[in-house]
Amino acid sequence: MSARIGIVGIGHIRFGNSSEYDLADIMAYAATDALIDAGILEQRREVDQVFVANMASGLFCHQSSVASSMVSKLDMEPVPAETVENGPASGASAVKLGYMAIASGMADVVLVVGGEIMRKVSGWEATDVVATMLHPEAEYAMGLTLPSFGGMFARLYMDKYGCTERDLALIAVKDHDNGALNKYAHVQAACTIEAIADSETAGVVNNYIAEPLRIYSTCPVTDGSCALLLVNMDSPKAKLFKKKPVRIAGIGSATDTHCVHNRKDPLRLDAVRIAGAKAYKMAGLNPGDISFAELHDAFTVLELAISEEIGLFERGKAYLAVRKGETTIKGRLPINPSGGLKAKGHPVGATGVSQVVELVRQLRGEAEEGRQVKDPKYGMSVNFGGFGNNVVAIICAKD
Amino acid sequence: MAIDALELKLRPPELGIVPYPAKMITLASGEIMVVREAKREEVGTLLGTVYPLIGVSADYYDIVACRMYEELLGWYRYRTANEFVLVGAINGVIAGIVNSRSVDHKLGMSLHTLTIKRGLRIGAQLFAAKMENHIEYQGADEVYIVAESPNGWKRWMIEYSLEDRSALYPAVRHELGGGPTYCLTRKLWEAAKASKCTGTRPVPPEILATANKLIMPTEYVQIPGFKR
Repeated sequence: MSARIGIVGIGHIRFGNSSEYDLADIMAYAATDALIDAGILEQRREVDQVFVANMASGLFCHQSSVASSMVSKLDMEPVPAETVENGPASGASAVKLGYMAIASGMADVVLVVGGEIMRKVSGWEATDVVATMLHPEAEYAMGLTLPSFGGMFARLYMDKYGCTERDLALIAVKDHDNGALNKYAHVQAACTIEAIADSETAGVVNNYIAEPLRIYSTCPVTDGSCALLLVNMDSPKAKLFKKKPVRIAGIGSATDTHCVHNRKDPLRLDAVRIAGAKAYKMAGLNPGDISFAELHDAFTVLELAISEEIGLFERGKAYLAVRKGETTIKGRLPINPSGGLKAKGHPVGATGVSQVVELVRQLRGEAEEGRQVKDPKYGMSVNFGGFGNNVVAIICAKD
Repeated sequence: MAIDALELKLRPPELGIVPYPAKMITLASGEIMVVREAKREEVGTLLGTVYPLIGVSADYYDIVACRMYEELLGWYRYRTANEFVLVGAINGVIAGIVNSRSVDHKLGMSLHTLTIKRGLRIGAQLFAAKMENHIEYQGADEVYIVAESPNGWKRWMIEYSLEDRSALYPAVRHELGGGPTYCLTRKLWEAAKASKCTGTRPVPPEILATANKLIMPTEYVQIPGFKR
């Protein structure tokens, strides 16, 4: 029987602008919160392994080896620590490696921390840094960026399925409604469909970023950190923790072609579909079991496409569910109750960890009033790197 | 104040500023912002709005607030020529202020853009209104612009593709601090205005009435825990 692995501590700083802080410091704040939440701040050297998710501190902050730096700030030496880099999917990859470290028997308690400071550089430099994950000759050198990929993907999706810019705006309204209630969200402000899509002034208020994507179709540039404490629920160390674990029921990951043009159909996100299927199989679940999902909506159109690839909606039909309000907090299947990347923010290396923190908050019933999903049993996250070429899906369960 | 002969010598000559018609913009939050010219008698409210930001170093609010404070005084006490001040008000509460002046009928000198309420692109809307006033209403062909903050530089120099005139210094120079001078030409404005400048006119009287009496903000995101 495979190990039962659960999450017993969570920490999360408010996402936003931390550009005046040190990256290892903000990660240490979140880690400290997770250790306090788990009730082992004093016994923190009981942690067997630390994984730090970070995509590009060398480029954003001119800083490297942040894992060992953070361990030192936490006074946790000699606990071993490594940095995990897998583009914007670094966070969920670190959770996966934490799970694997425990499942392998090498560790019983693992601290997973995600952190990124992107706002030390200008917005366009941040866009350039993120674009370094693209193929250097075939994509980056041609001037492609992630927003430009998002724009092309959105245009194809809209043309093929009949989704409109207003449908994308409805996702933003839903995400901002949730983010406005999330104490950790970067953008804690609601927006209205009238203002960003319907009014005479909407075209300028909600201006184009990469047509047809507008500013309210695109995540902000965000700094932030968050942390999880994983434990082997059957080990003696499990007794150290005061909170009932939220069990990690399934993890799946997959890789797609680096170059998007090498895919048979650029609208198909095979790595998402495969990662989701693996996670369902490991958990012994199917899409109908999922109570809510945290999906990687760096661009709102991705919320639609990812939800379809993991089987939550029929292909090309997710936007119709959005129109009916099915993905709102009171809908049939709430998506991105945290506000998603759109409102909560997207500090690239931290995002996958943050998504799992939200799964835990929801499954514990600790989300803020107004954005708590009713009686959730299974939550699913999908963390999406590159333009869909590295993807990790995670399912957490309230037992 | 008695306007004696000496005072008349101290006052700069005035070109005569053409009135800027008020407009309204529905912000992303759904709130309606009225953009209108500030009146000289409102200077006290404007100064009281600007003053708390003099101590905020982040994003160069301190420099912008200090300079704008001086420019508002100069406008009120007739020490700055041909200046206009626009305010953005939400239910009367000042959300942002911009000011500028005409050097002559063909050249505008953009002074400052101060955003109080952040996250709704209020600064971008007010800057666009300022340029609209210069080119569409005052008749300028060019507006000189400098930026104190990286945010301003990104918003104006990059988003409007402003012409860099810094190589022409000192023959071409902005009045503020000797920073690199950029220029919005009428051609650049025509290219940018559809995507940058918006607003509905005329403003219905009941909405315009909300901005009749300007109110100083009671909250500044830039100053946590601020109390007036």
